[in-house]
Amino acid sequence: MLLANLPALQVVIPLVSAPVCLLLRNPRHAWAWSTLVSWLVLAMAIMLAQRVYVMGTLSYAIGAWATPWGIEYRIDMAGALMILVIGTIGALVMPYAWRSIQHELHNKHTGLFYTCYLLCLTGLLGIVVTGDAFNLFVFLEISSLSSYVLISLGSKRRALTAAFQYLVMGTIGATFILIGIGLLYMMTGTLNMLDISQRLPEVADTRTIRVAFAFVTVGVSIKLALFPLHIWLPNAYTFAPSVVSAFIAATATKAGVYVLLRFFFTVFGIRFSFAAMHVGEILMLLAVAAILIASLVAIFQNNVKRMLAYSSVAQIGYIILGISLATTDGVTAGMLHLFNHALIKCALFLSLGCIFLRLGSVELQDMHGLARQMPWTMAAFVAGGLSLVGLPLTAGFISKWYLVSALLMDGYWPLAVLILVSSLLALIYIWRVVEAAFFHVPGTAMHRVKEAPASMLIPTWLLIGANLYVGINASLITDIAQQGAAALIGQALR
Amino acid sequence: MSPEITVLACVALPLLAPALITALHRWPNPREAVTLLVSGCLFLLVTSLLGDVLGGIRPALDLAEPLPGLKIAFEVEPLGLLFALLASFLWVVTSVYSIGYMRSHHEWRQTSYYSYFAVALGSTMGIAFAGNLFTLFIFYELLTLSTYPLVTHAGDDAAREGGRMYLGYLLGTSVILLLLALVWTWSLTGTLDFRAGGILEGVVTPGIAGILLALFIFGIGKAAVMPFHLWLPAAMVAPTPVSALLHAVAVVKAGVFTLLKVAIYIFGLDFLAEIPATQWLLYVAAATILVAALVALRQDNLKLRLAWSTISQLSYIVLCTLLITPLGIVGGSLHIVMHAFAKITLFFCAGAILVATHKTRISELNGIGRRMPWTMAAFTVGALSMIGVPPTGGFISKWYILLGAIDAQQMFAVGVIIVSTLLNAAYFLPIVYAAFFRPQESNPDVRQKDTDGEAPLMMLLAITVTALGTMVLFFFPDLPLELALQLAGEIE
Repeated sequence: MLLANLPALQVVIPLVSAPVCLLLRNPRHAWAWSTLVSWLVLAMAIMLAQRVYVMGTLSYAIGAWATPWGIEYRIDMAGALMILVIGTIGALVMPYAWRSIQHELHNKHTGLFYTCYLLCLTGLLGIVVTGDAFNLFVFLEISSLSSYVLISLGSKRRALTAAFQYLVMGTIGATFILIGIGLLYMMTGTLNMLDISQRLPEVADTRTIRVAFAFVTVGVSIKLALFPLHIWLPNAYTFAPSVVSAFIAATATKAGVYVLLRFFFTVFGIRFSFAAMHVGEILMLLAVAAILIASLVAIFQNNVKRMLAYSSVAQIGYIILGISLATTDGVTAGMLHLFNHALIKCALFLSLGCIFLRLGSVELQDMHGLARQMPWTMAAFVAGGLSLVGLPLTAGFISKWYLVSALLMDGYWPLAVLILVSSLLALIYIWRVVEAAFFHVPGTAMHRVKEAPASMLIPTWLLIGANLYVGINASLITDIAQQGAAALIGQALR
Repeated sequence: MSPEITVLACVALPLLAPALITALHRWPNPREAVTLLVSGCLFLLVTSLLGDVLGGIRPALDLAEPLPGLKIAFEVEPLGLLFALLASFLWVVTSVYSIGYMRSHHEWRQTSYYSYFAVALGSTMGIAFAGNLFTLFIFYELLTLSTYPLVTHAGDDAAREGGRMYLGYLLGTSVILLLLALVWTWSLTGTLDFRAGGILEGVVTPGIAGILLALFIFGIGKAAVMPFHLWLPAAMVAPTPVSALLHAVAVVKAGVFTLLKVAIYIFGLDFLAEIPATQWLLYVAAATILVAALVALRQDNLKLRLAWSTISQLSYIVLCTLLITPLGIVGGSLHIVMHAFAKITLFFCAGAILVATHKTRISELNGIGRRMPWTMAAFTVGALSMIGVPPTGGFISKWYILLGAIDAQQMFAVGVIIVSTLLNAAYFLPIVYAAFFRPQESNPDVRQKDTDGEAPLMMLLAITVTALGTMVLFFFPDLPLELALQLAGEIE
């Protein structure tokens, strides 16, 4: 009974738990409650993923209303991978959040923070499990609206303008997606994604559907920060509280990528998206621009959080590049990097959070000589950075390997070279931090800086450990990614 | 202990040693005892594999499988064993030398120095025993990363700049070119295993294979083929024992070793002979030999002259590989050993001079032979071996290299080797001459105590061992020769 309702519970439990945080006046209670919920969510995510792995795609009718009239929750391997990413990151950042949030937020905001955090988690999970286009929009907005609040809670006043910028861009994106879904509904008379995909071929050759496709593509591209629609992202990541940067960087843009995959492969179908609308070529161009330009811009940032934000834009480029190939290998590479980048970026942002806690700044010039004072934190940063560069025995290497071999299989060898060159750009911007922390003479106030508390170091190092584990034994995760890609492409071909 | 476990222990022992070294950081003597003990054990372990390998057994084991079909696996073959024997033996000697050098030079951060040194040696063992190209690549990168803190040991601006060059060149070439070659090979053949006769024949046309070969040769930046050679002079900011063992033996030899493995087990000599591009790559290697030797002539800093000489000598081995004859392979394999003994002696001497007199420039070395006769005698032995004069090991390897070149009917290569021999003499013999026959410049400002005496005993001990080794290898080259011939036998 409980197991059968798992797809619904996965979303409902964090949703109904969220307001409780607001009622718990004591910050410690609010934190304990949301930690409990987030770990419960992770447990459910693992069980759900396991069921999908064993039983194949799960379909669940909300309120037992038969599809396509009722809302259907539908989880295939690609969705299972996403739930795992969101659940894992969501649970790992919570023990970390206690000290970090206590330091960065006013006590009266703490309850609000945990409420919005759980709502954001709800939205992200909902996006993944739902099989209904309009329901997907609703969840996308739940996650977006709550993340606007989360970002605005940042300790600097510029967090407000950053959140507002994100709000404006995000709302434009959401509106575009809604227009697209509306047009689809107009032409097909249904909102169930599978149902739309079955009815679409009859009307595919109309201007309305093409416009719908364009609206959805642009709207989702804003949400996932595809170059050049990424301008909201650097500010949002820079000024958000450390925990929020880590959580959103690892999950929100990834959920956006998932939405894109759903629409391209499940709803519109690979033939329409890639053969008729040539979205592959456009995405490839934008992805390459993202990889090169954002990596170069990252090199010149002095705020390390902003540097990592630009690096995220570049890394999203990698993911999109894999998807733009529209082959099983390419989509596998994209999904692998989606997973691995979540592990890498979350670890890096968490180690920056440790630095911010002790130093009160993440500017490069304030970090001079930091490695002596915070060896464990800096070691985590270096390890995460090496994974970002993609050196062997790290998660980053696995996805880079798949991406390069997928590109070579299709004969795009100049792009393969470009990927490898850009990993060197990543080395340059990571090494600027390493040189500052390890080589420069520490300032006068540096001797007072202590190592971060264990409650923050342990989650950071767990993620680093996950990076190394995936680097040594990636068979499970590549298997899931391959099945996910096969599910997406197979569905599209059917 | 079964040979498989021994192989694993050879890689794991140095990689785990830093835990113990760090734990003992308060007590310098027990800490250094750990290094000596581990290096000694490692040498014994590697030696214990000798009987099996000479008997034709190839101990192998699989450790993990990061990607489907790509394993982290080890397999011991003659060339790998030769490299491992060399590196582990010289690690013992260098450890003795390090203790003398680091203490008399009052270096800081000695705990991390010994820790990273052990990791670097563990990575070298991983390279030597790698069972496939993928494993080799992993340890190749690990070696770069673990030697970076050693290169930048001084922690000042010069070290940072040197470290940048070091990391930039080595990671840049390996991440862009070598990794591309790896993935390309993988997507063509579906395997990266080392197989006798290679895996590429019949899969690609010789023309495309030429591009792939170029990617490998330039991608293996540790072999320092021009134009990717500048990291080696930059790495000379490191403490002298690091330059001696890592940048004359472990790191650079890992480069040419990788190249030999790729030529023999990925391409296969038969297929290599069909590739037209080998002739052009041979010219690049020849140019590196001559140009680097000419640059070495102009260096006044002793360590820099040795570094440029290393670049030149490494391309001997690259040249040997591209001769594509079994005799050339024998010559290249022997040169790995002979050059290692000679060059480490020379670097040891440079460090001894630095510690005893604080001099780094060749122009300051007039008459130093009278003050440090022992050191300079060893220097002379090393220099003669570099030139290839009997009774030193350098003669043996040069003999086989020339045989290989003649066998391949590459008179061009023969000419290059002869010219470079003259250049070797031109940049080493003046140092020897100045040290023994030029009068010492008297400096009234310096007290008598500072102008007197040899380097510390521990350092002299190490210098003596390697200098004697250089000469012993002339009279008894049997062991390296036997391993090299067995390798050549596998090819035919």
